[in-house]
Amino acid sequence: MLKGRKGQPFYRDFWFWVKILIFVVFLLFLVYPFYTLVVNSFFSTKAEGVTLYNFQRFCQKKYYYQALGNSLKISLIPTLLSILIGVPMAYLMTRFNIAGKIFWHVLIILSLMCPPFLGAYSWIILFGNAGIVTKFLTGLFGFQMPSIYGQGGICAVFTLKLFPYVYLYVSGAMGSIDRSVEECAENLGSGKLRRLLTVTVPVVTPSIAAGALMVFMTALADYGTPGILAGGDFRTLPTLIYNEYLSETGGNANLASAISMIIVVIALLILFLQKAWVARKNYTMSALRPPQITEYHGVKRFWVTLPVALVSLIAFIPQMVVVFCSFVKTNYSNFVFEEGFTLEHYAELGRGLTSQISNTFVYSTIAILFILILGILMSYVIVRRRGKTGGALDMLMMAPYVIPGSVLGLCYIVAFNNLGTGADGTVIKLTGTAAIIIISMIIRKMPYTVRSGSAYLMQMDPSVEEASINLGVSPMKTFLKVTARLMLPGVLSGAIISWVTCINELSTSIMLYTGKTMTITVAAYTNIVRNSVGTGAALASILTVTSGVLLVIVFRASKGKVSFV
Amino acid sequence: MARIELTHVTKRWGGFYAVDDLSLLIDDNAFVTLLGPSGCGKTTTLRMIAGLETPTTGKIVIDGVTVFDSDAGINIPANKRRVGFLFQNYALWPNMTVYQNIAFGLSNIREAGLSVTAEGELIRNPEAKGEARKLTKEEIDKIVARVSAIVKIQPFMERYPGELSGGQQQRVAIARTLAPSPRVLFMDEPLSNLDAKLRLEMRSELQRLHLSTGSTFVYVTHDQMEAMTLATRICLIDNGVLQQYDEPLTVYNRPNNTFVADFVGNPAINFMNARGTQQADGSFRVKLLDGYEASFIPNEKVDIDSWYAAAEKDIAAFRAKERPAEKTNKDVPFKYPIATVTDTAEEKRELDRQDWVIGVRPEFIRISEDGPIEGEVFSAMPTGMETTVRIRVGNYLLTGVVFGGVTYKIGQKVRIGFAGDGATLFSRVNGRLVCCGEVRMA
Repeated sequence: MLKGRKGQPFYRDFWFWVKILIFVVFLLFLVYPFYTLVVNSFFSTKAEGVTLYNFQRFCQKKYYYQALGNSLKISLIPTLLSILIGVPMAYLMTRFNIAGKIFWHVLIILSLMCPPFLGAYSWIILFGNAGIVTKFLTGLFGFQMPSIYGQGGICAVFTLKLFPYVYLYVSGAMGSIDRSVEECAENLGSGKLRRLLTVTVPVVTPSIAAGALMVFMTALADYGTPGILAGGDFRTLPTLIYNEYLSETGGNANLASAISMIIVVIALLILFLQKAWVARKNYTMSALRPPQITEYHGVKRFWVTLPVALVSLIAFIPQMVVVFCSFVKTNYSNFVFEEGFTLEHYAELGRGLTSQISNTFVYSTIAILFILILGILMSYVIVRRRGKTGGALDMLMMAPYVIPGSVLGLCYIVAFNNLGTGADGTVIKLTGTAAIIIISMIIRKMPYTVRSGSAYLMQMDPSVEEASINLGVSPMKTFLKVTARLMLPGVLSGAIISWVTCINELSTSIMLYTGKTMTITVAAYTNIVRNSVGTGAALASILTVTSGVLLVIVFRASKGKVSFV
Repeated sequence: MARIELTHVTKRWGGFYAVDDLSLLIDDNAFVTLLGPSGCGKTTTLRMIAGLETPTTGKIVIDGVTVFDSDAGINIPANKRRVGFLFQNYALWPNMTVYQNIAFGLSNIREAGLSVTAEGELIRNPEAKGEARKLTKEEIDKIVARVSAIVKIQPFMERYPGELSGGQQQRVAIARTLAPSPRVLFMDEPLSNLDAKLRLEMRSELQRLHLSTGSTFVYVTHDQMEAMTLATRICLIDNGVLQQYDEPLTVYNRPNNTFVADFVGNPAINFMNARGTQQADGSFRVKLLDGYEASFIPNEKVDIDSWYAAAEKDIAAFRAKERPAEKTNKDVPFKYPIATVTDTAEEKRELDRQDWVIGVRPEFIRISEDGPIEGEVFSAMPTGMETTVRIRVGNYLLTGVVFGGVTYKIGQKVRIGFAGDGATLFSRVNGRLVCCGEVRMA
């Protein structure tokens, strides 16, 4: 028995040690690597001691600062476009009897969950210089398609890929506005459109902002899409980090660290702006009666369903194209559609890429086991044992949004490249091992599990645990035998989403992989970049189909109640 | 089996005092109810004794063992206190069968000095010498069989809680709590999730259970009827402060203040403002109900000056208590309700020692032809066994209870009077009880 401050009795139970464990994990694999990155950015091989050389160089060279401008453009434009598509979609889906509503909803979620570069890739197949549609149009009309490469294409791909964030957040909010709020406006004589713009939309602005933030952060952090669609010398910050890191020798990544810092600062800035803005507009509402769903029939129903169907299908095209193309014969780097179908690309995988496939599943499975255990403990601590460390835990949970995958990859390289010299003179390092890829997956993808788990726990009455403690069972045993088991459904559905995102993870693995630890995403990406399109398509199909199956399972198991954002 | 002692227990969150300096002695084998409006601190008190909540300061002793002492730095964790706790929502584990629910606590016991009687009662003596051991499967079976027989749930052992009715779940929860032979049994509003008929039945069963187990029962409720019918003593709490700790009938007949008088009793007590002075013979000559003259004749003699002196000293002592944080939930005097037909503007004047409140319970309002007060029937609610009548006197409404199925016409003229010596006189300045006695109309 210990005595705390002011004579307060204080004893260390199981949860005290759990908290310590959580903080140690995050200190080792998030705070410490990030700290070394920050330190690293203030050193350079070209200057003595602590220096601002890297930042100066960034600001002076057009090659660098142009990338910042590009990054902002390809994040902001898709954010605005996503709002323009996502909000009307949410409105239509929550207020009208759209035909096949659940089907479209699942399509939208599926398109959100696939790796972004896959979208880029299939748009190239369709609209690229030698794309199917491009060729068709040129051949038929001599019509010249606008180029899919560069800024325009990247924005289009991001918008179609990321508008689901806005859609999911806003439809959640629109579904919980009490009917009376809108009825009241109607009663006071305002028309449908006016009511939508003056009552409904303002009430859901916090959700629009939350969705928009996710779009912005994901677009800003994504490496794969600009990597594939860059075309010529279009650079963004994440591609720049990768290039800078590769171009420097000996793993000295000072400039790359400085660029990473710049991304993180931008992300933080946007996060705080969003929070500050939303804080002034937070409306709380208790929806006693959910909004009325207008029942249309015949032609009218067709017209409200059409836009929803079109948008969902266009968003889902990448997956369909990729799976389709994985069965199409290729002639070097082009698909030859005239010659019928083949399984040769899959045979190709069997010959040379089995380790990549097994890597993906082995790494993500190990990661998910840790995520499950840590996630279940962390959800519990966040909900039931917040204490004075609750705020710090929330911050740690936000980290994956603020720190892009490629930056975390760089952090790990900088921090774990040299952990000292072993007895036999070899350098001990974590980089290049499978462990580091698994750890990066755990740190980046755990929040999905924690959020789902804590939301589930929030609705569970604490007396269920207290009853067990009261019967003489220790807090730890109570947790293992009662609470954890009851939390499992909530945690599991979150964990499957974590799993899907682990399988599809590219931006960190591309920084950390070696020949031995390559995953499907990395292999698909490099194959696509190297124009080995058939193999790329087959690899990507494996990702798409696995993700799709897993997501449909969660959706089924949780009866659509799980949150995907 | 156990006696519980609370000494100066305080629980606060910042400036909010959930429980403010509570000292309480719960006798062995007592059935004490903690009664009060919602949010008054009664559940917090129970949870602090069970160890589910940590007091800010104070000392708690169960069965001679100090389980909490802020000065000595003692805080025995909840799982080692051996107090049974019955939760309001039963808190059964949905993933376990009834049998597993009951056996769960038993299978986790590991201590020395365990034995099970032929009847299936678990005897625990943790201080005994010898090797710590777990209960065997047969012993657990025996205990489960005994407790499930007590609450009559043997047919449901293989069912899951979701397949049981509310009343059956309640019984399972009781069996689960009884299984490890707790020293005391705590119940947090255990009947509030049951329908009215079942509640009445369970109430009687709880009383039998108290008798048969011989345990100390502490029972939290906001239902004064439950408290009155079950308890050997009622502990009435308001705003974290103990108001009265007495036997049920004492609380009913001699309420310490207007809050207690109002909280206990259904239909509620009738309050009347009165103004007047004490006479030489010890009676109080007052005016009430807008002009009626009356005398309040105390059952025992009161010296009003020394009574006031004692009351003021007590209030001053309470205010002067040392508090580390400003109390944000202020102790405002209880605003006793006076039923009127139309709302009247509150009189804006300083109250003095000539202001009184007289309380008359509905059963002491007598409707008779020679009653001194004239009124008319405002509403009448017969239940068959009794009739609750509200009578309008001027702008005031008085509630009376008449036994038997008497029917009254609304608007009918009646005459009423106050019967017996069960009326109560409170000071209007501080709301405290001055004395009990008889109201005699002039």
